[in-house]
Amino acid sequence: MDIGFTEEQELLRDTARRFFEAECPTKFVRERMATPEAMTDAFWAKLAEQGWLGIVYPEEFGGSGLGMVDVVVLMEEMGRAVMPGPFFASVLLGGAAIGEAGSPAQREHWLPRVAAGGAKAALAWTEPNLRWDAAGIMMTAREAGGGFRLSGSKLFVPDAHLADVLVVAARTRDGASLEDGVSLFLVPKGAGGVSVSVLPTIDETRKLCEVRFEDVALGREALLGEAHQGWAPLARVLDRAIVALCAEMCGGAQRVLDMTAEYAKIRIAFGKPIGSYQGVKHKAADMLVDLENARSLTYYAAWALDEAPQEAPLAVSMAKAYASDAYRKVAGAGIQLHGGIGFTWEHDLQLYFKRARASEVAFGDAAWHRERVARLVGA
Amino acid sequence: MDFADSLEEAAFRAEFRRWLEQNLPPEICVDDAQDQRVAPDRETLEQRIAWQRRMNAAGWVGIAWPKEYGGRGAGPMQQAIYNEEYARARAPILPAASGLNLLGPTLIHWGTDAQKAQHLPRILNADELWCQGFSEPGAGGDLAGLRTRAVDAGEHFIVNGQKVWTSGAHFADWCFLLVRTDPEAPKHHGISYLLVDMKTPGVEVRPLVLLNGHRHFNEVFFTDVAVPKENLVGPLNQGWKVAITTLMFERSGAGGRDHALQIARLFELAKQLPSRQEPAWNDSHIRQQLAQLAIDAKALQVTRLRSLTRRLRGEPPGPEGSILKLFGSELAVRISDFAATLLGPYATIEAETEAVPDAARWFHRVLGARQYTIAGGTSEIQRNIIGERVLGLPKG
Repeated sequence: MDIGFTEEQELLRDTARRFFEAECPTKFVRERMATPEAMTDAFWAKLAEQGWLGIVYPEEFGGSGLGMVDVVVLMEEMGRAVMPGPFFASVLLGGAAIGEAGSPAQREHWLPRVAAGGAKAALAWTEPNLRWDAAGIMMTAREAGGGFRLSGSKLFVPDAHLADVLVVAARTRDGASLEDGVSLFLVPKGAGGVSVSVLPTIDETRKLCEVRFEDVALGREALLGEAHQGWAPLARVLDRAIVALCAEMCGGAQRVLDMTAEYAKIRIAFGKPIGSYQGVKHKAADMLVDLENARSLTYYAAWALDEAPQEAPLAVSMAKAYASDAYRKVAGAGIQLHGGIGFTWEHDLQLYFKRARASEVAFGDAAWHRERVARLVGA
Repeated sequence: MDFADSLEEAAFRAEFRRWLEQNLPPEICVDDAQDQRVAPDRETLEQRIAWQRRMNAAGWVGIAWPKEYGGRGAGPMQQAIYNEEYARARAPILPAASGLNLLGPTLIHWGTDAQKAQHLPRILNADELWCQGFSEPGAGGDLAGLRTRAVDAGEHFIVNGQKVWTSGAHFADWCFLLVRTDPEAPKHHGISYLLVDMKTPGVEVRPLVLLNGHRHFNEVFFTDVAVPKENLVGPLNQGWKVAITTLMFERSGAGGRDHALQIARLFELAKQLPSRQEPAWNDSHIRQQLAQLAIDAKALQVTRLRSLTRRLRGEPPGPEGSILKLFGSELAVRISDFAATLLGPYATIEAETEAVPDAARWFHRVLGARQYTIAGGTSEIQRNIIGERVLGLPKG
């Protein structure tokens, strides 16, 4: 038993940290978040160069073929930097869905292009119903003329406006259970009947979109993998994305804690640094406890996804429930301990606070995941 | 990263588990080892002493001690596996626990050969039971403020003073005692560490009864107690350093391991007990609370393993160690608070009932959980330590 990282993973961490310190200072984050892309082509190319756009794809498709524990290392650094842009949406959602569900031809067509930075993907699966399970897939795709027609709308889709290809989950039949009957489709950019609008969101570093489908015609070849069998691969993509998000949240929380501890050492009030007061000190200690526990659960979930898949669903939900609360609490406490300046636009805490709020609810909030934990443990 | 046992670890685990299955008498098993760590009467004490001697004869006591002192030189991972299996078997905490976990390692580090030869084998075989004479009425969290005085009287020290919260003193044969030998020196620099035979004239033990009726603790009064000079551990007036060794061992063992079992039982009870018209399990609020307890227990378990990994890799201790005692004890309070809401009046009676056969155990958990956020360094002190030593914040 060894709950630590390998030398290669520590090297990845060092490389990533130095990369983001150089290429993604918060000045860059603020500039990018004011734009629809939240990204520059040059930065995207650098991510590709590092091999990170293909981090989870098999080497035969130009990826690095790494596992979740490696991803967790990278994501902590991305979270620490509040890296903007469609990395998560393209690499860990859209591209990952193609990797998980696609035919060899589909994977061969898309994965190398995503990994090389030439194409971006996105995943449209959530709808206005606020569900994070198969029951939330209510949009339909009916068979017509040898192909399919998609009708309905998707909401809260990360970075759909930047995608060259959208992976869309829709119900192709009423199955014996809610998981049965979901299919995944590849919808190329510019497909007729698809309209994408970017929503103004709390976290502008990663845009969320509404995507409407008005009787969108797709050929048979647009089907990703097997008809009606799309939920299982989608669920696997989502579980891995959740753990990646948890790791990103831990990295952000650590940065908030670092900033807060630094401030508490230098900010003087009533003749002493505020960190010497127990009220401040104890709040900071609680931030550390929350963060370290969130890390522990994230690491365990990452390992389970790689090595103990039967333990993974419970581990994933435990991590997301805990991290959702932890990042919110840490970011909030960080602002509290900074006093007034913590709430300004100018101070960087706002970037983390907003990322925490967005991440808290993505893929299911703490209450959603606690329910899943209760059902799994109590079964 | 690997959460699974290695082949050696798995073999060790299986070996100890099998030995326990074959040798642990069911009548001495307990549900809450920590809460039931001090034998409630002499008969139980004798049973546990016999048990420790059986374990010792088979080489299962003090496994982390070096071989030359009767241990196996087992590493931290084996010790962790040993602790897990021991807890899983519901075995009672050994009567010589203070000696095994606190004094023994301290003597191994600081003791003279004569002290080691006299005491270590007896600790292993429960021939000597020890109590810890550290806290005083005026020196709890601020231990270095202690005032029990030891005066040099030639061949002996003469000790006068009072200790409090002395667990097991009523059964103990010996006491490891912190005394002030130089009242003129700054408080951390005038302390010495003595070994005191509890049968020495002038030692008086008075029971301290807790609000749950437990009689674990005592006040111990020292009136002109003569302690031979060869019972000094470490250099004169440098006993604080020796005490730090003891405290480090105490801290590393803390945090509790019963949580997962208790939480599992609460899941069961939620399905059986009513909340309004239906099983409590049907109430989503109940499920949310149960889930959070399960999540917290898992987080604690993994954080403990991360801390262990650092030790195994020889890395300097990270923040995980400080967190364990704080989070573990506060989780125990949350478990007991939830149990109180779930069980309602069942948790207020110390009796077996048809609906809740283990109501008496829950009675004690609900009543007792608040001890552990205080004992062994209060939560407030733990937060100070995290803030100061881990985050580098200035002292108040």
